[in-house]
Amino acid sequence: MMNNPSAPAITFEKVSRYFGEVKAVDQIDLEVIDGEFFSMLGPSGSGKTTCLRMIAGFDRPTSGQIHLYGRDVSSLPPYERDVNTVFQDYALFPHMNVGDNIAYGLMVKNVARQERTKHVDEMLELVQLSGFAGRKPSQLSGGQRQRVALARALINHPKVLLLDEPLGALDLKLRQQMQVELKTIQKRVGITFIFVTHDQEEAITMSDRIAVFNQGKIEQIGSPSDIYERPASSFVAGFVGTSNLVSGEIAKHSTGSEQTFSIRPEKIHIGSLSDTPHSDMISMDGVIRDVVYLGLFTRYLVEIEGGVDLVVVEQNLKSTSMDVLSAKGQKVRLSWHQDHISRVGG
Amino acid sequence: MPSKSSDTRPGASWGLKLAAFGTLFFLHFPMWIIFLYTFTPDETTYTFPLPGFTTKWFGVALQRADLWRSLTLSLQVATVATIAALILGTFAAAAVYRSNFFGRESISFLLLLPIALPGIVTGIALRTAIGGLDIPFSFWTIVIGHATFCVVVVYNNVLARFRRTSATMIEASMDLGANSFQTFRHVVLPNIATALLAGGMLAFALSFDEVIVTTFTAGQQTTLPIWIFSQLSRPRDRPVTNVVATIVILITFLPIFIAQKISAGSSDTEGETK
Repeated sequence: MMNNPSAPAITFEKVSRYFGEVKAVDQIDLEVIDGEFFSMLGPSGSGKTTCLRMIAGFDRPTSGQIHLYGRDVSSLPPYERDVNTVFQDYALFPHMNVGDNIAYGLMVKNVARQERTKHVDEMLELVQLSGFAGRKPSQLSGGQRQRVALARALINHPKVLLLDEPLGALDLKLRQQMQVELKTIQKRVGITFIFVTHDQEEAITMSDRIAVFNQGKIEQIGSPSDIYERPASSFVAGFVGTSNLVSGEIAKHSTGSEQTFSIRPEKIHIGSLSDTPHSDMISMDGVIRDVVYLGLFTRYLVEIEGGVDLVVVEQNLKSTSMDVLSAKGQKVRLSWHQDHISRVGG
Repeated sequence: MPSKSSDTRPGASWGLKLAAFGTLFFLHFPMWIIFLYTFTPDETTYTFPLPGFTTKWFGVALQRADLWRSLTLSLQVATVATIAALILGTFAAAAVYRSNFFGRESISFLLLLPIALPGIVTGIALRTAIGGLDIPFSFWTIVIGHATFCVVVVYNNVLARFRRTSATMIEASMDLGANSFQTFRHVVLPNIATALLAGGMLAFALSFDEVIVTTFTAGQQTTLPIWIFSQLSRPRDRPVTNVVATIVILITFLPIFIAQKISAGSSDTEGETK
């Protein structure tokens, strides 16, 4: 094959996918680096799953090209691509036991039975299901099915592993456990993972890099801290975590420019009106409108000039619930470091 | 299926029980008559109680070459029609399930139509078509006639199974490196196997006792149901007919019973085979 090992794992060149009038994916350019854990994050209908399906070969781009390690795969059927998928509903074969499910990729390639059994055992060990080979998928829990699906996809040693919201059906505790485990497995096998999710926390926890999708376009690509600390657009600022957007006159008043900026709630400090903030701090006066005590944190809603509400989160280091709840109605001076704002344009 | 251990539910009222047994009696009484008079020594009348008990009619039936010819023909027609129905019905179901072309629902409806139409309409339509095309009436015209309604049975069963199977399973198979043929052989076929078996048995049973369409599409051939029908004009042979009817009841009862067991069993376990 004409694979180039130094090329990016996946390259999108002006890839579009239209369903009639709907532009599910609209002129996307994208590069996924070899060996990274890459997440496609976005709300439903943002085009992330369509991108994944086009990489897998279940869907073809309306225009543009997709390269896998430098080789154009845009028009290859799924079974000719060195890519495997973990499906959202796992898609295990109900008529086969766990061992046969995992061995499926080798079986269709006519690998000898003995060889298959050996690889299946390795895979079962990797996903911590040794001894489960004889069970039927219907006898497994959700988390176990998930692991079988992962083992089945990894046995072919694909160049890229695609994961389509694989943790969506699991409960919170299991999901967090699987997040750690997926990351560990990815490091062990050294395969590029492309992970589709709508859960921003999941994306931030697991990824090396994240692409934030919105309406068929990529709003921003960057490391989790880039995305969180420096959102490139108001959509990213709002979708990833909570953010305060300040624009127009008020923005000009505090930063000297009318351009909209975002400031994260935890970066804002609440002080008294007598405070004189440091010269590299931006400050604003307001009234505490609402207080929500959350145990570890307290969330304040502070109304500043022009009737704009800012959300502020402070850790309850010294204060008790009595202290924070009595703060309602107080006049306060908010301040934050000028480096902590992110200009998001429009 | 009625379970014997449903003691948590309140028992049915006497009226309801009576109605249920009444219906069962009404449905099955004629069959018991046939069964009973298989063993009568008196061939012309239906006297009760039986004037005696004999199994000689089984021997007589065995000797009748015309009966064996029709039985063989019926089995052959049913087998070929069932095979044709299995192939065509599966393809039709796959097409309707997998694609989303314009008029899909209408096609589904058109496929179901032959079983909803009165057999006499299907029969006359087939006869006109076969006559118009100058096709000689033969074994194959009977098969074609029977296939029209056998396809529907298979189609319905297989389509229902497709709708219950996860669509991503086929994608998963292709994703893991299986081409279309391998996917069909290792994933699709095992998942629809019981549906095919159930549909096939039902189709076989339908074809085996079909009279109306056969009357219009057969030439010189006499299938078993038609042979039985012709026996009505020969009262002296009545016990022989009864013997044949009893055998037919048994032959049709078994596959339908098994088919129902299979469909009922597999619906609980979501496409699990075995």
